[in-house]
Amino acid sequence: MSMLRIFDVAGSAVSAQSQRLNTVASNLANVDTVAGPDGKAYKARQVVFQTTLMGNVAQREASAGVRVSNITEDQSPGRRVLDPKHPSADADGYVTYSNVNPVEEMVNMMSASRSYQNNVEVMNTARGLLLKTLQIGQ
Amino acid sequence: MINRLTDSLEFHSQALSLRAERQRLIASNIANADTPGFQARDFDFAATLRAASGNNAVGEGIAQGVMRGDSAGTAVPVLRYAVPSQTHLDNNSVDMDRERSAFIDNAVKYESTLRFINASLRTTLDAMKSHNQA
Repeated sequence: MSMLRIFDVAGSAVSAQSQRLNTVASNLANVDTVAGPDGKAYKARQVVFQTTLMGNVAQREASAGVRVSNITEDQSPGRRVLDPKHPSADADGYVTYSNVNPVEEMVNMMSASRSYQNNVEVMNTARGLLLKTLQIGQ
Repeated sequence: MINRLTDSLEFHSQALSLRAERQRLIASNIANADTPGFQARDFDFAATLRAASGNNAVGEGIAQGVMRGDSAGTAVPVLRYAVPSQTHLDNNSVDMDRERSAFIDNAVKYESTLRFINASLRTTLDAMKSHNQA
């Protein structure tokens, strides 16, 4: 029953996209955080998607799902702002903020939410088709 | 006589399983719309169905009753790679517009195949009914 596999595929995509939304949320939440106790500012995180085969590969029934293979950290330097009165300011009076780019994150969020919706739509369609298949002969 | 009815039923059931297969394939493409390096795939439905039913004229075959249910006719679709209409930096060749329309198109055709099967079944059942009671 190859239609049932659609739920696995779309489900893997939905979970990968929600993980992406999660990292976007944590990035956006940390836009204005300054260097933590370890002296390092928050670094923007990015998920990396990878195709993963699901189902019976030998019988050529494999379909391509998605998984998050790893989460990378953006290594670019954080935003530095001159604010000598700030308690976290360094010797030169600069405060280092996280290197999150809010515009990039918003775009990422939109893209993730659209992809999420697409996959939910796929599941709904597959569900409708399967329910109609169950009614054959009635 | 009954042979003809089951033949056309077999044809439609083959079409149905191929439609399900294609639906699964397009779902894979949509799921991987954001995966770097993923190449979208699809197959030629008409050619695969022709190979599965062992007939050159798919549509006419049923009407003339020459369609033969080939027992070895569960053809494995030959998967082809989509040619991207726009290039992407991450080498992903999924075109969401095309995939979405293919998905909807395939869903509608799946449903119509279901209706064909239902109608065909109803015809067979009607023929088998006893009409003496009326």
